[in-house]
Amino acid sequence: MSVATATLGGYGRGRAAEFVSDVWVLTKRSIARIRREPETLAEVTIQPILFVLMFAYVFGGAIGLPGGGSYHEYLIGGMLGMGLAQTAPGTAVAVVSDMSTGLIDRFRSLPMSRAAVLTARTIADLLTQVIGAVVVAGVGLAIGWRVHTNAADVIAGFALALLFGYAFTWAGVCLGMVLRSPEAAQQSGFIIFLPLTFISSAFVPTQGMPGWLQPVAEWNPMSSLAAACRHLFGNPNPAAAVHAWPTQQPELAVICWSIGMLLVFAPLAVHLYRRKALG
Amino acid sequence: MTETPAIEAEGLVKNYGKTKALAGFDLTVPPGTVYGLLGPNGAGKTTAVRVLATLLRPNGGRAQVLGHDVVAQAADVRRLIGLTGQYAALDEYLTGRANLIMIGQLSRLTAAQARKRADELLARFSLTEAAGRAVKTYSGGMRRRLDLAASLIGHPAVLFLDEPTTGLDPSARAMMWDIVRALAADGTTLLLTTQYLEEADQLARRVAVMDGGTVIAEGTPDELKTSVGGEHLEIVLPAGADVEAAITALKPHAAGTIKPSEDGRRLSVPVEAADGLTTSVVRALDAAAVEVNEVTIRRSSLDDVFLSLTGHLAETETEAEGSAAE
Repeated sequence: MSVATATLGGYGRGRAAEFVSDVWVLTKRSIARIRREPETLAEVTIQPILFVLMFAYVFGGAIGLPGGGSYHEYLIGGMLGMGLAQTAPGTAVAVVSDMSTGLIDRFRSLPMSRAAVLTARTIADLLTQVIGAVVVAGVGLAIGWRVHTNAADVIAGFALALLFGYAFTWAGVCLGMVLRSPEAAQQSGFIIFLPLTFISSAFVPTQGMPGWLQPVAEWNPMSSLAAACRHLFGNPNPAAAVHAWPTQQPELAVICWSIGMLLVFAPLAVHLYRRKALG
Repeated sequence: MTETPAIEAEGLVKNYGKTKALAGFDLTVPPGTVYGLLGPNGAGKTTAVRVLATLLRPNGGRAQVLGHDVVAQAADVRRLIGLTGQYAALDEYLTGRANLIMIGQLSRLTAAQARKRADELLARFSLTEAAGRAVKTYSGGMRRRLDLAASLIGHPAVLFLDEPTTGLDPSARAMMWDIVRALAADGTTLLLTTQYLEEADQLARRVAVMDGGTVIAEGTPDELKTSVGGEHLEIVLPAGADVEAAITALKPHAAGTIKPSEDGRRLSVPVEAADGLTTSVVRALDAAAVEVNEVTIRRSSLDDVFLSLTGHLAETETEAEGSAAE
């Protein structure tokens, strides 16, 4: 078959290079979408701003920090985690939408890397999270949040937040794979992600919670992330007074949680994609 | 002279739970032809295409595209095929041009090659003017053309078109037909599924009729029409005529089952062409004291093939489309 050989002869690049190229092409696709519909960024821009302002000026006055300190400075470490976790329902919505259109069939009939579709999704969402982190930091600076450590610690704080956020995105991908409609994916935001952020030290110290709830909140990864950021930024961190492993070693806890989630959710997402794909 | 078939399937089986979507599907498509896969909804056409295009893994049997196994050598198959499904497989938020460039790059073209090829195809499918607009602003016909352009971007040797004209208005359909003919003229092998008998008759050199997940008849449209009796007598009876008596009288002359229309006034009788046939039919009806308003002879259509093979009519075009076409 002359036609066949001609076409087959047309590729020589290695699989790794093909994977990187496919991820880049598909990431550009998601960025183009954001450029056309910037309102999809509302969840990492407008929402965090509203939350920061509400907590700083409405609830904040009623929240006392054990050991004292500025609630405005306390708030930003927690807000950073929430801002990044909030993108996961958006990831799920995007995955459900993609899976329910013919576009995924098209991708699967092309000589492209199959893992690239999901990887590109998470990278585009990581870029969204970077925007979210910048917005949270910006509004934080505006309400009086300041860092009191060195540049390396501050960078480490943001890097931990983004690592955690990226791992969380894979959970969003899995959610998108098992849910059937974008509406259901949107709902998951309230059902899963709100309790996850609020039953933690993201906005209030765990010391004020009922005794039975305290261990739940202390072991919540969102608490670890908030504590790690507060510690690295030099902000008030009442969790340091709590004698539990994740409150004493918040940075390590965040790294463990992130790696754990990546190890579970990334292979699971790929498995679900393959299974769904091949019917 | 044996040539590698473009598509070859042997005993493909695909189950969804207890439902057998494919129950021993066989197909051989020679290279460079337009091949029609005809069947009603649920016959298994789409499942067959999805297995051949490596999107589904069969539960049994084997299939090759240009000599490459669709399961074991799926990656090789994907470099040779294009697929246009029933739903436009496009990113709604990207422009038409951006869609084509993206799919071109994912088809292993370089960015420059993809841009060049995208512009070529946009011009060929009269989409240059709309190229800079988001796909969600496109009409149904434009989407289908862009979708087809997308499946051509990597110069596929074998193209699968799954119901390419379903839901299109007559002018958009005519445009798709012209495109299919032009592709066939370029030497592309096309496997086209359709519910429209007329479409298969117009475009396909060979046709396989599917029902219940298997191919129940195969051949050129002419062969298939001949196989169900070359001709049909259409007999129109006056109101209140004795239909049973008419059918009994006609039976000795019929080459197959006589189908009365719903109101019983119109009978379709498959017949073998023979001299004096009309005369003897009219005499037989007269002898049975059945009055006749009209007798016409017509060549079998693929509709007749379908009816005689499957026992039910193909899902024909909707009322609206039918009347718009007239």
